[in-house]
Amino acid sequence: MTRRTILSIGAFVLTAAALWWLLFVMVPRWYRGDPPPSAAAGSTASGEGAQRKITATLFYISEDGMSLVPVQREVAFAEPAVEQARQIVAAQIALPGPPLASAIPEGTTLRALFLSERGDAFVDLSGEVTARHTGGALDELFTVYAIVNSLTVTLPAITRVQILIDGKEVDTLAGHVDLRNPLSKNLTWVTSDKPS
Amino acid sequence: MSIRSPIAAALTLSLAALSGPTVAQAPQTPAPYTVISGEGRRPLASRVFTGQEMFAVEDLARVFNLSVKEDTIAGGLTITVRGQSILLSPNQEIASVAGRLISLPAPPAREGRAWFVPVDFVSRALAPVAGTRIELRKPSRLILVGDIRMPRVAGRIEPLGALARLTFDVAPSTRYAVAQEGNRLVLRFEADALDASLPTTAVPDLITAVRPEGAAAIAIELGAQFASFRASDLPGDRGGVRIIIEVVAKTTDPATAPPATPPAEAPPLLDIVPPGTLRTIVLDPGHGGGDEGARGPSGTSEKSVTLAVTSRLKAALEGRLGVRVILTRDGDSAVGLDERAAVANNNKADLFISLHANASVRPSVQGAEVFYLSLEEYGDEAQRAANAPHATLPVFGGGARDIEVVPWSMAQAGHIERSGTFARTLEAALRARVTMSPRAIMQAPFRVLVGANMPAILLEMGFMTNPAQEQQLGSDAYQNEIVQSIVDAVIQFRDRRGPAAEAPAGGTR
Repeated sequence: MTRRTILSIGAFVLTAAALWWLLFVMVPRWYRGDPPPSAAAGSTASGEGAQRKITATLFYISEDGMSLVPVQREVAFAEPAVEQARQIVAAQIALPGPPLASAIPEGTTLRALFLSERGDAFVDLSGEVTARHTGGALDELFTVYAIVNSLTVTLPAITRVQILIDGKEVDTLAGHVDLRNPLSKNLTWVTSDKPS
Repeated sequence: MSIRSPIAAALTLSLAALSGPTVAQAPQTPAPYTVISGEGRRPLASRVFTGQEMFAVEDLARVFNLSVKEDTIAGGLTITVRGQSILLSPNQEIASVAGRLISLPAPPAREGRAWFVPVDFVSRALAPVAGTRIELRKPSRLILVGDIRMPRVAGRIEPLGALARLTFDVAPSTRYAVAQEGNRLVLRFEADALDASLPTTAVPDLITAVRPEGAAAIAIELGAQFASFRASDLPGDRGGVRIIIEVVAKTTDPATAPPATPPAEAPPLLDIVPPGTLRTIVLDPGHGGGDEGARGPSGTSEKSVTLAVTSRLKAALEGRLGVRVILTRDGDSAVGLDERAAVANNNKADLFISLHANASVRPSVQGAEVFYLSLEEYGDEAQRAANAPHATLPVFGGGARDIEVVPWSMAQAGHIERSGTFARTLEAALRARVTMSPRAIMQAPFRVLVGANMPAILLEMGFMTNPAQEQQLGSDAYQNEIVQSIVDAVIQFRDRRGPAAEAPAGGTR
C-alpha cells in the first residue's frame, strides 16, 4: 500500500517536472528562436566585424556619494551573449577617470561569468571586491547594483544577476546586502543627472 | 540607623552552620536586631542555636509586653498577648497561636530555665495576635512595630559618559523631595526611617559618595565636574516608586554646553505610561571579531563604535523603559548575520535594532541613515511570506491553533509595515539631534534584517570616512545623542502600538 503510494507520488512529480521543463524552458526557446536575442537587444551595433561596438550603460558613484549615475560607454561587440556580458562587466570594473568614482573596489577582477537558460547571470568576482571595500552599506548597494544594473539595462535578456566571490556563493560583500539570491534590475539608487 | 547587609547576615548564618557541632552547640551572638516603634529604637539580641537564629522569650516579653508562664507539668510554655495565647512545646516545631497551628523553622531551644524561639516566631506567632503591625525584615535585621513609615530603598548607580544616573527603587511608594544643598544633593522622604541599601561605588568627579543622612534622607556627594541634575519618577513594582536622578557633568565645549536647566524645565526623560507592550529589545552591534567593518582615516573601526553605542543604549533602555535588552554580541567577537537575527527570534524580541557606521568612497559624505528591509529583491517568495496562509493545527487535549506558515529565512516579510513605522519614527527622532544624510530613510535587501521575526531596522549612525564624523562617532556627546534619539523613538513606537495594535506575528510565535 505505502509502496504504491510512493510510486504514484514519484510518477506525479516526474510528470510535473517534465511538463514544467516543456512549458518554461523549451516552449519559450522555440518561440524566441535559438540562440536568445540577448546579444543584439538593447544595444546598437556600430560597425561590422572586429570594430563593431555596442553602447553599454555603466554606473558610477555620484559626486555627492549618494547615488549611482548612468554613463553611456562604447564596449566591444562580442558573441555569444555570455561573451558580451563579460565585456560589459569588465568595462564596469575598469577604473573611470575623475570625476567619476567606481563603485567596485580597485583591483577587483572578473574571474568568470555564466548565463543560465532562464536569463540569470552569475558574475564571479575576485576577493578584492570584499577585501578592499569601504564597508559602507550604501557603497555596498552601489557595488552590487552597478554590476546588476549594467548587465540588466544593457542586455535585457539578462533578467537577474547573482554575484559570486572567488567562485563561491556568498552571504554579502561587506556585511549588509543579501547576495544569496539573484537580484533583478533596481534603479532605486540611480539618479538621472548625468555628469558630463 | 543599624543597617547590615543581607550578605553579612547570610554569612553569619552559614558560618554557624559550617563550623561543626562542637562550636554550634555553644551559643553565638550575631549583631542585634533593631526594634523600631513610635517610642524609638531598641536593640533585640539574638543567638544562634545549631544554625538557627533565635530570640530569648524573656527579651521578647520585655519588648512586646508579653506575659509568659511555664507549665511545669506538661513542660510547655504559654505566652499571652492581649488575652490571646501562644502555646509552645519543647522539641515541637508546631505552635498554637490563638487556637490555630503555625509551624516554626525549628523547635524552641532551652538553656537552663530560659527559652529561645526562632526569629520567625515574631512574624508567624506574634504578629497575628499583636493587634498592631509587627513586621520582621530579616535582611536588614529590623522589626517594625506600629504605624512606622519605613520604606525600603534600594539604590544603584550607573555611569553613562557625560552623566551618572542614580536609581532608587522605593517600596512602598513614599513622597520625596530632591534639593541641592551646596556640593551635594539631598533626597528626603516623608518617612520615619529608611531601610536603605545604597550603592557603594562612585563616579569619579561626578558622584563621590551616596550615604544616609539623618533618619529619612539620603545625601549624594557631588564631584568637581557636577553641572546640573534632573529628577523624575515612575511607578515601580508592587506599589513602589522608582526615583531617577541624573547628574550631568560639565561639558568641555562651552558652545554646546546645555544650560543648567532647573528640573522643572528638563525634557521628560521618563514616560509614566505603564510598561508592558514592549518587553524585549535585541540590539545588534554591527560587525565584530575579524570583521572590522568600516574604518575611518584616523583608524577608528566600526565594530568598536557600534559596540560602544550599543552598551550605552542597553543601559538607557533598561533604566528608562524597564525592558529586557539582549545584545547579539557583548564583546569583540564574530557573529554570523543569521545568528544575529536568530538571537532576536529565540528571545521573542519585540524590536530588533542593528547599529552600524557608514563609509563612502566620497570622504565628504556625512549623516545618519535608517534602513528597513525591501521585499522586492526577494521576489515571489517574499510576497507569499507577507500574505502567509493561515493553517489550523490540532492541539493536544483538543481544540485547534491558528498559525501562519512563514519560512524563517523570510520572517521579516510579515513585519515590513511596522518596521517602516519604526524607521520613520527613528528618523524623525534622529533629525532632532544629529545631521541626517540626504537619503535619510531607505529600504534595502539587508541580510541581517530578513530573518528577523519582529519589527527590525538597521541604523547607520554616520560616516566613518568623513574625518569630522569619525571624531563625532568616537565621542561621548555624539554617542549620547544617538542613544537618546533611539530611546525617544522606542518610547513613541511602544506607545503607538499598544496591545490592541499588535499584529499577529509570522512564524509560530
